[in-house]
Amino acid sequence: MHELVQYIQSYLDSPFTPGGAGNIFWATVYILLVFVGLSVAVIAMNWLERKILAHMQVRLGPMRVGPHGLLQPIADALKLLLKEDIIPAEADAVVFWVAPFIVVLAAFTVFVVVPFGPTHAITDMNIGILFMLGVSSLSVLGIVTAGWASNSHYPLIGALRSSAQMVSYEVAMGLAVVSAIMMTSLNEEGQGTLSMIGIVEAQKAQGEWFLFKFFPLGIIAFAIFAIAMVAETNRAPFDLPEAESELTAGFHTEYSGFRWSLFFLAEYSAMIAVSSIAVTLWLGGWLHPFPNALNGATWDLVFSLFPGITFLFLAGMCFYSTVRMPKHPLFRIQTIGLAGFGAVLAVIGLILFVPGVRVRVQDVFWFSAKVAGFMYLYIWYRGTFPRYRFDQLMKVGWKVLLPTGLALLIVTALVGMRTEIWAAIAGGPR
Amino acid sequence: MTDPKTLSPLDLDTPDKTFLDANELVINMGPQHPATHGVLRVILRLDGEKVMGLECVIGYLHRGVEKIAENRTYTMFNPYVDRMDYVAAVSNGLGYCEAVEKLLNVEAPARAQYIRVILTELNRIASHQLWLGTHALDIGAITPLFYTFRDREEILKIFEKYCGARLTTHAFRIGGLQYEAYDGFEKDVRNFVAFVKPKIDEYEELLTTNRIWLERTKGVGTISGKDCIALGVTGPVLRASGVKWDIRKALPYANYRNFDFEIPTGENGDTYDRYIVRMIEMRQSLRIIEQAVKGIPGGPIMAKVPKVMKPPVGEVYHSIEAPKGELGYFIVSDGSTQPYRVRVRPPSFVNLQALDLMCRGQLVADVIAVIGTLDIVLGEVDR
Amino acid sequence: MIVGGILVITRKNAVHSALALISTLLAQAGLYLMLYAPFVAGVQIILYAGGIMVLFLFVIMLISIERNMKERQFNRQWLVGIIAAAALGGLFIAVYTTTTRGRTLFIEGRMAYGENQNTQMIANLLFDRRAGTYMFAFEIASLLLLVAIIGAVVMAKKRI
Repeated sequence: MHELVQYIQSYLDSPFTPGGAGNIFWATVYILLVFVGLSVAVIAMNWLERKILAHMQVRLGPMRVGPHGLLQPIADALKLLLKEDIIPAEADAVVFWVAPFIVVLAAFTVFVVVPFGPTHAITDMNIGILFMLGVSSLSVLGIVTAGWASNSHYPLIGALRSSAQMVSYEVAMGLAVVSAIMMTSLNEEGQGTLSMIGIVEAQKAQGEWFLFKFFPLGIIAFAIFAIAMVAETNRAPFDLPEAESELTAGFHTEYSGFRWSLFFLAEYSAMIAVSSIAVTLWLGGWLHPFPNALNGATWDLVFSLFPGITFLFLAGMCFYSTVRMPKHPLFRIQTIGLAGFGAVLAVIGLILFVPGVRVRVQDVFWFSAKVAGFMYLYIWYRGTFPRYRFDQLMKVGWKVLLPTGLALLIVTALVGMRTEIWAAIAGGPR
Repeated sequence: MTDPKTLSPLDLDTPDKTFLDANELVINMGPQHPATHGVLRVILRLDGEKVMGLECVIGYLHRGVEKIAENRTYTMFNPYVDRMDYVAAVSNGLGYCEAVEKLLNVEAPARAQYIRVILTELNRIASHQLWLGTHALDIGAITPLFYTFRDREEILKIFEKYCGARLTTHAFRIGGLQYEAYDGFEKDVRNFVAFVKPKIDEYEELLTTNRIWLERTKGVGTISGKDCIALGVTGPVLRASGVKWDIRKALPYANYRNFDFEIPTGENGDTYDRYIVRMIEMRQSLRIIEQAVKGIPGGPIMAKVPKVMKPPVGEVYHSIEAPKGELGYFIVSDGSTQPYRVRVRPPSFVNLQALDLMCRGQLVADVIAVIGTLDIVLGEVDR
Repeated sequence: MIVGGILVITRKNAVHSALALISTLLAQAGLYLMLYAPFVAGVQIILYAGGIMVLFLFVIMLISIERNMKERQFNRQWLVGIIAAAALGGLFIAVYTTTTRGRTLFIEGRMAYGENQNTQMIANLLFDRRAGTYMFAFEIASLLLLVAIIGAVVMAKKRI
């Protein structure tokens, strides 16, 4: 047993990612971990969205299906799996079948390079960010084919609009990403990098998150990316193509049951994926706040306690709700369930205090916490903003974000190279 | 292509349409649609995304109310009136009772009139709150709906305590009121006024300066004051186009002379102005309620009205300012207990005519915003 | 890649052909990866498969939406086509295997650079003041594309 733990520890502590080391077994293990984690995250997002949106709207959200609706996503998943699978009569069966899979494939493949820690990625391609942008642009194809395969006028128009929107905002995203990549080259050796882990390492080496670099350029780039990523994933306020109260219905109108759930799964994973890009590029990835300033044994200890504290806090909230549950015999099962769930969270929190686990989990925790913050922002946007009309949406993408992105790129480049430029000017033409 | 705005509303077939304009699409927003606020059928003629013409098909909610009136006595017809504009039922009742009182030549006592004003203005706020929630929902802001409905509950609670019903209240009787204001009525109303003032600020905070709201509503569905008057449009739509016409000030009824309030007007006549006008109207209604609650006189609540009402032969037209516009009742009496003819001039019916003119040249996504901003209730349009 | 290519030209449905073209392009990105050029592979996916093919699909779906595209592919000159393709293939094979220049084209050892140099090398070729020779061509190509875009917009523009 001890050898097994040591064996696992030796692999977890290795200085390479599994892909980098060429170890297929561990790469598969990591892939499965990421897949499971992502599925759990999507399920949690479903529940969180309904609950948080409801609380913003002065109502409670699902309360019946499990204690405080905790089993609601499972009920939804079951329902979708058991629904009748309807294929429109004249639809192109092959394309109809393939389209949701393209979108899911694109949304999940992106996670191969997402860095949860300095070596905790499935692999670290040195074109990591390029790979992520490229594969997420493949999901556009899935949407277009989904709209086409429905063989109906309205879903096709909705799909084309949706894909036009996604393609336009990819341009703005790309510009914001490039200006962040340029900042990675400002370390000592003057060598920038496209790899995701390299970008976070550059932030650590340069001592500040790229969000704050060259204030306000980092923030403007981050803002451009943050707006573009909401439009890229077709979420409010840019969700005209999939809104119900508009005339043209969305591209997934004709999909029912399991296929629809694939689209919805892909949408949430795409949200998490682009949030990961934003977190990696601007918010310092897995680094805890102030990685260089607050560096030292005690600060490391303090920061490493955060995962455990978070889970204990969540467990505390569960127990508090348990106490406040109605004392009616019909609620007995729910109360017990909630107390059990709280107990599980508490156990996880206590495990996370164990020194060995604590140190290793820290990176993943900070990364996930930041991505979770972005998810909350997504839900907040949905509850607050009206919808943009389609032409206004395209206007914002092309006329506002794109010029700003270009100007930002140029200014960032100039500011970043200011010493060289100044030397060239001051040295003067000989 | 001619500019669609210059065509008169009846010009559905553009004169210079050639066979090259064959890409015009006729779309049906069927009677069942989440955004048409009832069973309204709209036939749109589109050129790509732009609306070239629009035709409304109504009548899906026609219940023959006016014909029913000919076979009911005046008192028996009173509950039917609530069901027309079911969102603002109290105003309907006010208009009908006052019209019959005019026919009978009686006047409700002062106490009754004050309480009537309080209930009517409360209903105006409730109607505008419902309008705001559904209008914002159509444009995509899903949260104000819940806020406005939660606050509207307080008004409905007051109605329930007063007359037992929340929606179709049948609150007034011909000649005054049936029920005395319950114990705590004034306290409830005062609490409500204090409760809802910050809530209206909350709605404004969510929407008024929100840039997406501004982009979706500014310049959308514009109609000039002249066109409004030509079409007979009244209510907040007329006032937002710059015409300062409110029946409460122009032809006062029910003691509105005693209250001090302002009539908001807009400048451009677009959706945003209508939104601002209705928000200000809500606040002005609160002002009226405050003044009314302060000075409810004592006295009887019912005038001397015969039990069997046989108004003298004649006709009367009486109109009030309902939340949606000018609500008019034209009652012809032939001396018997049942009216010879009751004709209702519903504000939504007349306002709906303006939909065609307002939607010309707009994009399809704006049609829904414009229908929402007209604030139509199909029960009133079809009767 | 070969399968994708064959599917492109044999499918009757234009959308199927477009999807097969996408798989061909993805396979080509894989070929770039095998040549130790990850940057080019990534850019190929982003631009070609994710951008240009979307455009293709837009056009196919919008133009042919009324007509049913179950047309039978017919080609009267398939015999001539096969002969010409075989001749060209034979020529390629002859050049690559017999001439000295051709034999030295694809020696394994030429790819001496590791894969993490690809981006830097492309940047050097484009931007380096002394060694970069492609900047001008790059800019001219992009200018050409800009002219094409503006021309397309002007031709298709109608007042919204």
